[in-house]
Amino acid sequence: MTVAASILVEEHSARTRMAPASRIGDKAFEWLTLAMALAVVVLVILIGWQLWQGSSLAIKKFGFHFLTTSTWDPVAEQFGALPFIYGTLVSSLIALLIAVPLSIATAAYLTELAPPWIRQPLVSLIEMLAAIPSVILGLWGIFVMVPWLREYPFPLLKRFLGWTPFFTGPMYGPSMLAGGIIIAIMILPIITSVSREILRSVPDLQREAAYALGATRWEATRIAVLSYAKKGLFGAVILGLGRALGETMAVTMVIGNTPQIAASLFKPGYTLASVIANEFTEATTDIYLQALFEIGLVLLGITILVNLLAQLLLHTITTTSATRAVQ
Amino acid sequence: MHFERARRHTWRKIKSGLASTIAFVSALLVITPLSLVFFHLVVNGAGSVNWDFFTKLPAPVGAAGGGMVNAIVGSLELLALAGAIGIPVGVLGGVYLAEYGSARINSVLRFLADVLNGIPSITWGVVVYGLVVLRFKGFSAYAGGLALSLIMIPLILRTTEEVVLLVPNGYREASLALGVSRWKTIVHIVMKTASKGIITGILLALARVGGETAPLLFTAFGNRFWNHSLSQPIAALPLQIFTYAISPYDDWHRQAWAGALVLVTGVFCVNVIVRILTRGRAASVV
Repeated sequence: MTVAASILVEEHSARTRMAPASRIGDKAFEWLTLAMALAVVVLVILIGWQLWQGSSLAIKKFGFHFLTTSTWDPVAEQFGALPFIYGTLVSSLIALLIAVPLSIATAAYLTELAPPWIRQPLVSLIEMLAAIPSVILGLWGIFVMVPWLREYPFPLLKRFLGWTPFFTGPMYGPSMLAGGIIIAIMILPIITSVSREILRSVPDLQREAAYALGATRWEATRIAVLSYAKKGLFGAVILGLGRALGETMAVTMVIGNTPQIAASLFKPGYTLASVIANEFTEATTDIYLQALFEIGLVLLGITILVNLLAQLLLHTITTTSATRAVQ
Repeated sequence: MHFERARRHTWRKIKSGLASTIAFVSALLVITPLSLVFFHLVVNGAGSVNWDFFTKLPAPVGAAGGGMVNAIVGSLELLALAGAIGIPVGVLGGVYLAEYGSARINSVLRFLADVLNGIPSITWGVVVYGLVVLRFKGFSAYAGGLALSLIMIPLILRTTEEVVLLVPNGYREASLALGVSRWKTIVHIVMKTASKGIITGILLALARVGGETAPLLFTAFGNRFWNHSLSQPIAALPLQIFTYAISPYDDWHRQAWAGALVLVTGVFCVNVIVRILTRGRAASVV
């Protein structure tokens, strides 16, 4: 009886000694981490608000015409973003045309076709390519890639495809095509590694079923794996597109930086990101700076839309493949 | 009939081999730029990476020699500033997602972090320009560090969450059962167990922003001399490479190659450290 009572008293006193302090500590820590996690919400609001705020005058002055006119004349204070939107879209499209087949074939090779000993070294090399800073690829682009393109592939393209409007006119080197190629190199690793994850998440049952029916390795890959993962691969491509649209330094160094809309890919172009990089510190008038902020807003809008689409595609594929795997 | 089936079978075999070959060639093409960039960096840069490069300020136009010591130190200062903000926010935010957040809040926060990771880095430069440079009337190391930290936050947050979730629940239960409070359990048991992974995430984020140029163009701005105050413009290695690369001088081009070789070596060293840290564990950080 007395023992029990003393234990009770002791326990009670211990609880009163310890509990409140630790509860305060717990609450404080939880709130602290919550505040830090909410940083992502703050950042999203901040980026939208700041770009909107910074370009409000330009939006008021130029309205919707900003997106549809193509004069970019800081002296006359006429600003139209169309050549930059065009340049961004075309260079990204070229990049996708080059990078998508290569990346998906590489991902298929890495997960399905390659002998096992070659896989890990290849993956490591591709991760290293992803780690090369954009400015260094640009440096290589200026001094190695562009002169080489001008010397060999461009004349060939002109010779055989010169009858199309895309490969006509003088070849200076810095051009829309060079920009597209450098972007392609930059997005190869991300499309490859995301595609690889997608292909790896395809359940083995798929492959086994195909092999059991007598499929060859390629048939199993095509019928059982690639077509099964179609949606996820599309998501990987869109994710790559998001990166391509915002790529800045390397493109700025090889695309030629001329705001024009020309059919020929040998002609220089300009992208949304490069015009900000080149002209931001030169913007002497308020309206010029405002126009550049609005370019930033347009770029933000496009990349967020594209990334939302990618997230949506990748999210549904992972959940459905997971549920299917469970079944 | 039998012959035809055999022939068809051979054809299918050939087709399979052909597809494998094409895929192999694609893989080769993907890693070709990497080897070419490496090759040219060494060929063009190695000659100019010498003692002067690491100890001298940039030489004036026309004068040969000179170095990039101010840019190397500047980059380290910027990384320190970025880490001072980005690491605590990212790590603690990631801990919240893994330890406290409800499924609903988490999916929203995770989604927003992924959206932030997809935003072009130059946009952060523009935002910080409006937020800091315009307000305080001048380019500064603080502005550059802030721009880099904003890029780091969502990166570190996601990797931290991922590795903290890998800590087995038994560890938490054992600690709580001993009467250790929840926050102490998280700090001393959970985060300590996951520390290798958390450090990996931090290193990868540092390597990533260490090579960023676009967000620094109009925040840190660059500086040909030593930076004496963090509220003044500061040099950074990637910025210096960019300025030298687009200049018309051969001397500067050589310096740009040397700078690029040093920067790539630094970035790859971090990646190798990460690889050693994560050896034996299947780490997939996109």
